[in-house]
Amino acid sequence: MSETTEYAETPLPGPSGEGGAARPATAGRASSPTTSSWRSRLYRWDTKASPYVFVAPFFLFFGAFGLFPLLYTGWASLHRLELTNLNDSTWLGLENYTNLLQSDYFWNALGNTFTIGVISTVPQLAMALGIAHLLNYKLRGSTLWRVAMLAPYATSVASASLVFTLLFAWDGGMVNWMIGSVGFDPVNWRESSWGSQFAVSSIVIWRWTGYNALIYLAAMQAVPHDLYESASLDGASRWQQFRHVTIPMLRPTILFTVVVSTIGATQLFGEPLLFGGTAGSKGGADHQFQTLGLYLYDQGWINGHLGRASAVAWLMLLILLLIAAVNLLIARRLRKDR
Amino acid sequence: MKTRARTMGLKAGRTMHAGPLTYAVLSLFTAISLAPLVWTAIAASRTQGRLARTPPPLWFGGNLFKNLERAWKEASLGDAMLNTTIVAGSITLGTVLFSTIAGFAFAKLKFRFSGALLVLTIGTMMVPPQLSVVPLYLWIADLQWTNQLQAVILPTFVSAFGVFFMRQYLVQALPSELIEAARMDGASSLRIIWHVVFPAARPAMAVLGLLTFVMAWNDFLWPIIALNQSNPTVQVALNSLGTGYIPDRAVIMAGALLGTLPLLLAFILFGKQIVSGIMQGAVKG
Repeated sequence: MSETTEYAETPLPGPSGEGGAARPATAGRASSPTTSSWRSRLYRWDTKASPYVFVAPFFLFFGAFGLFPLLYTGWASLHRLELTNLNDSTWLGLENYTNLLQSDYFWNALGNTFTIGVISTVPQLAMALGIAHLLNYKLRGSTLWRVAMLAPYATSVASASLVFTLLFAWDGGMVNWMIGSVGFDPVNWRESSWGSQFAVSSIVIWRWTGYNALIYLAAMQAVPHDLYESASLDGASRWQQFRHVTIPMLRPTILFTVVVSTIGATQLFGEPLLFGGTAGSKGGADHQFQTLGLYLYDQGWINGHLGRASAVAWLMLLILLLIAAVNLLIARRLRKDR
Repeated sequence: MKTRARTMGLKAGRTMHAGPLTYAVLSLFTAISLAPLVWTAIAASRTQGRLARTPPPLWFGGNLFKNLERAWKEASLGDAMLNTTIVAGSITLGTVLFSTIAGFAFAKLKFRFSGALLVLTIGTMMVPPQLSVVPLYLWIADLQWTNQLQAVILPTFVSAFGVFFMRQYLVQALPSELIEAARMDGASSLRIIWHVVFPAARPAMAVLGLLTFVMAWNDFLWPIIALNQSNPTVQVALNSLGTGYIPDRAVIMAGALLGTLPLLLAFILFGKQIVSGIMQGAVKG
């Protein structure tokens, strides 16, 4: 980056390619040569250094609160570090990890995270795709529909979870009353294993379906119109157009939402915590809906083992990287098949 | 790219008129989206005794203001709302300012390692917040910041998503000729930021501000570790309510309603911008 232009796009006109820096000196202004050369030097310095100055504040915060803690968590996961005595850490090596891998509760949390992740993500994205398809028609009051669909996204995790906990309550809950009125026995949503996982998933589905529908809608609006025209000339029905034009064109977006939802599902925490009430961090009396996020919090701030909580965090990252790798493989396979 | 194609009059997407069935299905989904919120208000206007009986109430009772007052005072939601406004406001300011400046540098300026730094920034968007809470906790314990608002503000004062969002916007919204013209006139970098970049970035800054405010208001994991009921944010106060702080369902619902009300108001006012922001940030295929 010596004397070339500082901009990403077209080079500047001018004999030296130095752009403005050459200008004060050659413009023949009534300023003395010393000030103008001083000024052009300052100016050149400003041009060179400014990008770094612009990204510096972001990276300072980012390094201190994002990157550094990430590595420090790795260090903490190799130590015994207790909440009751923060200044004392004993080297354990991989003991935290081996303890976790031998703990039934860890595997239980991993399994719950996976089940709740699947039953909250799959229906959510499928419904979002359908809703987006409907929102893509010419509608009266289209903005109003979109805003209404997005209202759950503006509802905080805590508010939504408290409301759904009451809707799924054993006594006087709306859901049991509804299924009772069509002849089913009431379900103890909090105590039963599948019931509690379904209830927790329903909070996630309710909050995020509209948001994902808007993301799909944005992608649908970018599909070239003539693709549909030629498809309908070929005699494709509306369903076939959706199946063979819309879905393939949306593939990158679908992959993107799958990745984002997977990351979200891996760190699920607030919904089960509040759904559990007083036994929140345990994920119910039998840990039946304890997720990895809850398990980490329970280990670190309820039981006070911060070292072990750090190990849970690193295992979470490992799991995410594995999922990302599998996703990449699937995406590549899909591309090859076409 | 695609938005430009649309403004040039090339039609994208489908423009078929919706039939009655479309309206019916959309109405159903809208009802599902809004019903829990409406029912929160209904439950907040009842009493603990009434909410334990079947069938659940389907219309408003007369206890709304009493319950709101109890949530406001006894569950400290009044203090919590003030705290959360300070926290979310500061985070929004920091994020919008630093994201715009850094996003501009990534979009329009050439500098060494810019590509690698951008990849690093995007890569960390994938990392769960759980990976930093232990060191952050040790840190604030060391600084004796537990229960203080700066402990919640500083870790999310800048955002990788924000930088990426602004970069994507400025690449196409800010003509390089404008910056070059300002350079030719001998404008300093600070002047260019102030007079060229900020005006061009204003619409995206507003959208990023709204999205950041919603995210900061709803942030859950770190605040409940860093703060407690004596100096809570809304989420911390609601968490205490949910774990039996006040075992009165009507008051809990009043709290849930209060905690979401400011955001719902923002939605009624700026819903259109938030929708377009989410849709703009989405098209990356």
